[in-house]
Amino acid sequence: MKPDLATLKRLLKTDAGADRVVPPAGFTVRLTLFTAAAMAFLAVFALALSLAAGRLADSWGEALARSSTVRISAPAEQMAAQTAAALRVLQTTPGIADARALSDDEQQALLAPWFGPDLPVADLPVPQLIDVIETDAGYDAAGLRLRLSAEVPGAVLDDHTRWRRPLIAAADRLRFLGWVSITLIALATGAMVTLAANAALAANAQVIAVLRLVGATDAYIAGAFVRRFTLRAFGGAATGAALGLVAILLMPSGAETGGFLTGLRFEGWHWIIPLLVPPMAAGVAFLSTQMAARRVLEELA
Amino acid sequence: MLLHNKASRKPGRGGAGVIELENVAYSYGGGELLTDISLKLAPGSFHFLTGPSGAGKTTFLKLCYGALRPTGGHLRLFDRDVTQMDRDAIALARRRIGVVHQDCQFLDHLPVDENVALPLIVSGQASPDEQENLAELMTWVGLTNRAHALPPELSGGERQRAALARALILSPEVILADEPTGNVDWEMSQRLLRLLVELNRMGKTIMIATHDLSLIRAAKAQVQARVLRISQRRLQLAGADL
Repeated sequence: MKPDLATLKRLLKTDAGADRVVPPAGFTVRLTLFTAAAMAFLAVFALALSLAAGRLADSWGEALARSSTVRISAPAEQMAAQTAAALRVLQTTPGIADARALSDDEQQALLAPWFGPDLPVADLPVPQLIDVIETDAGYDAAGLRLRLSAEVPGAVLDDHTRWRRPLIAAADRLRFLGWVSITLIALATGAMVTLAANAALAANAQVIAVLRLVGATDAYIAGAFVRRFTLRAFGGAATGAALGLVAILLMPSGAETGGFLTGLRFEGWHWIIPLLVPPMAAGVAFLSTQMAARRVLEELA
Repeated sequence: MLLHNKASRKPGRGGAGVIELENVAYSYGGGELLTDISLKLAPGSFHFLTGPSGAGKTTFLKLCYGALRPTGGHLRLFDRDVTQMDRDAIALARRRIGVVHQDCQFLDHLPVDENVALPLIVSGQASPDEQENLAELMTWVGLTNRAHALPPELSGGERQRAALARALILSPEVILADEPTGNVDWEMSQRLLRLLVELNRMGKTIMIATHDLSLIRAAKAQVQARVLRISQRRLQLAGADL
């Protein structure tokens, strides 16, 4: 009766007899199908959420961790001199791989989403931005601030940590919640199948008594029920997962909007993961029906 | 024919009973129903079991096919103590014991022939070869033209004969029948009895629980049968007064 490999193998073998000894599907079986489908649908979304949150945390951590910005606010006539001074300081600071003043076009592109494309940046007192890329070792932010304040009075160093950390923490938390949801969905599926299997076993008490009388082993009787519920859960979950995937496919891709908000769609090999949902549901159904059947059968003569 | 071929299988070892009870007792939560019962069912023997309703005939039969376990004494099925047998071993022993109940139950969603073949299916012995044997058995119990009916559509006598056929399909060594003629008319009960007597002549061990004394009288004319009586929680050999 242990859910071992031999049982699984027997389960997969076509045994029309074992299928026929349990009366044809009742209402509970249709409910099983529906619930498995709904759970698989939700599981696909929870997966997408978790993976997207993971990507978000990774990309923010990666891209932002290694870049900082120096902002120079100075009167127009000093701007060029202060920028040059700041670049000199940055280039001589250990731990900085590259420092580059953004061109007017780049600054305009940054502001365009807020002010529109026709903004005459050159005519406005817009601060000059310097994009700073760190080496792997990183630099001493406090020391750099001191040097900048001594040599370039209008410069402010923003190393992004202030707003990066809570964002990454939020994304990490989101990913964690996603996995918690998937776990809960799996457990709920198991509970649902257990209830349905118990109902089916109770409704088929006469069938079980007859089978027992004519010399059927517990493994045979349990197998007939386990097979049915496993296949239903698999079929339901396959439908639900397919619908979930279609729904996700219909969502806009994150890459097109170009922002740092990644899309909810799966990316690359992650498309394989939702395909694992139906087998997982079948596994959960297999285990829970097996346990329910064993419990019921051991109480019988 | 199937029944003859398989019946020639030699039952058990010499001397050992197919079912042996030694000081067996059985008590429900309330009190003792059966006590100090000793009996050896020899291969090829024919027994009747009588006694008033509620005396424990059905309980006794259930002990004999392992549906109940004795609360005292020793019970051996085919030379194995039931206390040493797990649920699978009991299931395997049941393939060697055909049981016919008074209220025989079937899988109501399957036609009669599949119900009769059920022991073959659950023991993994279903095969095209058995199809012929099944047809033969259905003819023997006179159910050929009812083969595709569903069990709820059968009459009482047809149900009893279907149950008998199901009990025989694996060619068991023992047949236990609990009031097999309880729901049928006199003519049908004679017909069932003749089937059981014929099986006994093929070497099967038969035990019939009944309170129908005329059935026992009719049987005694055809076969050497011993009559056991359960009375006051004990099993006694009934006298020749029947």
